[in-house]
Amino acid sequence: MRVVARQGPRVLLGALGLAVIVWLFIKATQGGQTFLTETLNGLTLAALYFVVAAGFTLIFGLMRVVNMAQGSLFLFGGYVAFVAQQHWFAGGTSQFQLGGSTTTSVAGWVVPLMFATVVIGLVGLGIQQLFLRWNQGQDLRQALITIAISVIFADQMVAHYGGVVQSIQAPTSWPNTVTIGSFHYPFFRLVVVGGSAVVIGFLLYLLIKRTRFGMIIRAGVDDRPMLSALGINVQLVFAGAFFLGAMLAGLAGVLGGTMISVGPGLDTQFLLNALIVVIIGGMGSIPGAAIGAVLLGLVQSYSSIYLHFGSTDLSPYGVLAQFILVIAVLAIRPLGLFGRPA
Amino acid sequence: MSSVASVTAGERSRPGRMSIAGWVGLAALAIVLLLAPLIFTHYWLSQILTEALWLGIAASSLTFLHRYGGMTSLGQVAIYGVAGFAMANVVHTVNSEGGLNLGWTPWLGVIFGIAVALLVAFLFGAIASRSYGIYFLMITLALALLVYFFFGQVTQLSGFGGIRSVSHPGFMKDPITDPTPLYYICLGCSVGVYLLMRYVVRTPFGIALQGIRDDPPRMRSLGYNVPLHRTLAFTLGAFVAAIAGILSVWFNTQISPGSIDINQTIAVLIIAVIGGLSRLEGAWIGALAFALIDYYSRQDTPTLGLWLNPGRFNTIIGLVFLLIVLLSPDGLIGIGHRLGRGLAKVRGEHATGVGAARSGADTVTEQAEVPAGGSSSGSEVQEA
Repeated sequence: MRVVARQGPRVLLGALGLAVIVWLFIKATQGGQTFLTETLNGLTLAALYFVVAAGFTLIFGLMRVVNMAQGSLFLFGGYVAFVAQQHWFAGGTSQFQLGGSTTTSVAGWVVPLMFATVVIGLVGLGIQQLFLRWNQGQDLRQALITIAISVIFADQMVAHYGGVVQSIQAPTSWPNTVTIGSFHYPFFRLVVVGGSAVVIGFLLYLLIKRTRFGMIIRAGVDDRPMLSALGINVQLVFAGAFFLGAMLAGLAGVLGGTMISVGPGLDTQFLLNALIVVIIGGMGSIPGAAIGAVLLGLVQSYSSIYLHFGSTDLSPYGVLAQFILVIAVLAIRPLGLFGRPA
Repeated sequence: MSSVASVTAGERSRPGRMSIAGWVGLAALAIVLLLAPLIFTHYWLSQILTEALWLGIAASSLTFLHRYGGMTSLGQVAIYGVAGFAMANVVHTVNSEGGLNLGWTPWLGVIFGIAVALLVAFLFGAIASRSYGIYFLMITLALALLVYFFFGQVTQLSGFGGIRSVSHPGFMKDPITDPTPLYYICLGCSVGVYLLMRYVVRTPFGIALQGIRDDPPRMRSLGYNVPLHRTLAFTLGAFVAAIAGILSVWFNTQISPGSIDINQTIAVLIIAVIGGLSRLEGAWIGALAFALIDYYSRQDTPTLGLWLNPGRFNTIIGLVFLLIVLLSPDGLIGIGHRLGRGLAKVRGEHATGVGAARSGADTVTEQAEVPAGGSSSGSEVQEA
């Protein structure tokens, strides 16, 4: 009986997972086009979540700092790129024109992207050096500090950029859609955002597994005191990792600002997404962030469209699907899929 | 168990150590609070004192969980939102503005709201209870944000723009024209939940809870069901938060998804931290400070372009929060302790000075050690 009781949740969740897969399979055979679109929507959302969460999890894995300002850095990155694009590449007047009526060169998108990424990296570095460096190890206090910073950031962004939702213009020379047979999908979402996430994931893999810096990071995750005893300048490594983690948030902000929009409230939304991704993927694990992001993106995407049962529309309750995802993972693995004890 | 024993010994001896000045201060406070409707204007009574009291109840549930359970929960606002929404949906709303509007009597609504909140909290507690320290904080924050987005999307339950004109018990009158009854209700609830929490931490359950806070593996090997204790403590905290949720709906006469958003979640955290997480009283001190900052910042803030002006309340409260966390992790209570210690030294009262210094130092080091110890011992448990 004890064995049954212990295995109960697993069996239940296995049955639930199977039911979801069968349900999706039925839906896929009913409308392949919709299913493909929704899958790609989920995966491109996941790409964005992965970039934000990878930065979050990198910082957490090495320094045990929960950077609650990651969502704010994401949104600030979007705003920096938006303002840079407006000022440098649109003559400063295009904000009064309708989007799409102006032309945007490739440089008009890439330069703001790089500028915002570096600026956000530096902002993150500043936060780490000013506020977090001297209370290393007090993880609750550091989390409270980053929460305070995110409150100030959110308010200042509303003060400076207003409450209007805006978006960064993608280069007009890029195609709007990719077409495979009779299937169309937005080019930017699929190629640029999806591609960026894959490239970033690959580069992070190389960085962590193949370089000296990555070796130091891996060692630091396992045993920080030993690392510094070996004569490595741990503070420098921390600063580098925080710079990198913040940069990823800024980069994702520009991608998200082009793919979706920049506006108040997105910081909270992406903080929540990053939290869920690392909670289910396992905190500190980059492969975990990738798997968690894919799971979350797909669940969000499918639950937004496939929760119609006959005439009852349960799609407003889609949030519960994410909730069930979190419960299901934590019930089996309290530390997340790839989580390990610190 | 030695640390547990010392904690309870400290708790027990504290009232006995209270000086005559302390009793006089307490009596003066009680008189001011009881006579507040005669002393303060309607606006102050309602917008400063009543608000501080119900916000203090919400924050005290967080302080309780942090101080005695080692669980820094960001889920308290979500819990009180669940209670508030559950009640607002089932009771009569005057113009049937939003919600299910089932037309129940207010008191039945209160019971239903608290019951639903307790159920949800038990579920949340069961999910989060196996996580410790910073993990607990993150999981409860994620759960809280999911609750917010849930009510934001399910307009059947939250109305478009909230449920307004929620009816309340008749003797409460209209809180806008006559804030006195609601003030006394909030005061009574504050005293009640304070005494309840003080009582619980001295019961065997409360002592086991503090043992779990200090050393989960040891308590587990002594035969305690650690996750169950933490889940029940979380549910108890939720009971306190649910009361705050009911009071908040009566105070605002409405509830909307915006009343439980991340700003409110963080506001309650800020209140608990500003006041001081080491004492339950800190929650109400923090809430009073919060309400005062809210009141004065909206009229007295100098204008520095877009950066700072009377509309930038969140920037100001964020800066205050940042300063408190950076300079005095023990909040206003910690500052009070240090000031008291300084005064004692100046007066040359050496004996009491040493005593005050020691107790002050104790709380500060405890404050610094709880998070670090919590996370490291937490990982041990998860490994086991």
